[in-house]
Amino acid sequence: MTQLESKENLSYEQAFTELEQVLNRLEGESMNLEDSLLLFERGQFLTRYCADLLEKAQLRMQQLHVNLSSDETEEEEA
Amino acid sequence: MAGYAKHMFEQSSLFGPRVLSVSGITQYLRAMMESDEILRDVWVSGEVSTLSTPSSGHIYFTLKDSGATLKCVIWRAQASRMRNQLQTGSAVEVHGAFSVYEAGGQYQLYVDAVRLAGEGLLYQEFLRLKARLEAEGLFEEGRKRSLPKFPIRIGIVTSPTGAALQDMLNTLQNRYPLVEVILAPAVVQGEEAPAKVVKAIEELNRYGRVDVIILARGGGSLEDLWAFNDENVVRAVVNSSVPVVTGIGHETDFTLSDYAADVRAPTPTGAAVAVSPDKNDLLRDLGSVYASLKDSFEDRLTDLDHNLSRINHRLNLLSPIAKIRNDSQRLDEMTQRLERNLQHQMALRHSHLEGAIRHLESLNPLQVLNRGFAIVRNADGKVIRSVNEVSRDDEVHIRVADGEMDARLTSINKSSNP
Repeated sequence: MTQLESKENLSYEQAFTELEQVLNRLEGESMNLEDSLLLFERGQFLTRYCADLLEKAQLRMQQLHVNLSSDETEEEEA
Repeated sequence: MAGYAKHMFEQSSLFGPRVLSVSGITQYLRAMMESDEILRDVWVSGEVSTLSTPSSGHIYFTLKDSGATLKCVIWRAQASRMRNQLQTGSAVEVHGAFSVYEAGGQYQLYVDAVRLAGEGLLYQEFLRLKARLEAEGLFEEGRKRSLPKFPIRIGIVTSPTGAALQDMLNTLQNRYPLVEVILAPAVVQGEEAPAKVVKAIEELNRYGRVDVIILARGGGSLEDLWAFNDENVVRAVVNSSVPVVTGIGHETDFTLSDYAADVRAPTPTGAAVAVSPDKNDLLRDLGSVYASLKDSFEDRLTDLDHNLSRINHRLNLLSPIAKIRNDSQRLDEMTQRLERNLQHQMALRHSHLEGAIRHLESLNPLQVLNRGFAIVRNADGKVIRSVNEVSRDDEVHIRVADGEMDARLTSINKSSNP
């Protein structure tokens, strides 16, 4: 991963929405080679990013301590 | 029927009391029962005993209370959906019609519906509350919200120890493990359940970062699910600022919370499915988007390549080589024209020359000699044109066509008329 990629912290929805935008631009606009290549690489990265999210994610759970011991809301990794 | 039976007795009075056969009186009793308004449509409560389920598929049992017993029959066609509710010792309410089993001499209740004791009252209460909340507009489709397509945090209100929670977590892990589950644990059955469920829903709303709330409970009896018919629970569902999905009991269970929810799923697992996209679908979508992306990029490259070819072609047209070739061709043409012109000129000159030569030849004095003339020169070679240029005895040189000769002038006479 490049630095740019590792810094990103997109949600799946954000990444997928951007991927669709990239596709639309690449399909619709006429542009020079550099821009096409940049867009294509961005799309490639977003595809990989989304797939990684789906394939590597582990469900996380927090429990609100609302009804049990006290009214105080605590958070805890499940 | 009753009128007809009564008539059977009255007509015999002339010969003393009428004696009826066993069959006759039994038929009479049967007709009486089957035509009675109350006996043909009645609910009876009691405790199930001597339950028998022979291979015929019919169900036979006795309903009893402290003072009496009642024979009951459920025909096979209706037996299957009531079998589970009938257990020896359980308190039930049964509905049906009375008739007589003639061969056994028994009156029986032919049952077509069974419910657990107390359900009837609960159900009435349920219907009243439902009608009231419905009239208030709480169940209207118009106020139901759509669910987020890609939730980030899902709130779950359920028992922290139930199988329902595990089912939902497994489902979410398999379908869309990107989410974070925020569990607001709640007791989901018993007296304190409604208050706990309400508090859990409110707490998730206060937490504020969940995109959707699942309100769930595994299957149970109507009584077990009763908390979800509580008015306060229904109002908490309606007042939630994020959409609520219910997954309560089984497919066939409908609670008032289900009516109030933005989406009602048949089970807890169904609720987890309703709030999450499926990973496999998303991966397939990604695959096709990526394929389109590649196609588009390749199309772009092809476009650029075509542009390059076109420009290259134009460039070739403008190249000096082409100009040079062009000029060279013009040069060839001009050379050829020049040569043709030259040849023409030469030919023209040549014919002029021939004419001149012919003319010149016609002027050759020697030609004149052929016609009989002679040229006479003096000793110095000078042509003699006049008698005044010579004297007597001069030697002259005579040229005729085919030779020369010398002569001496013997006389000279001048013409009188030259």
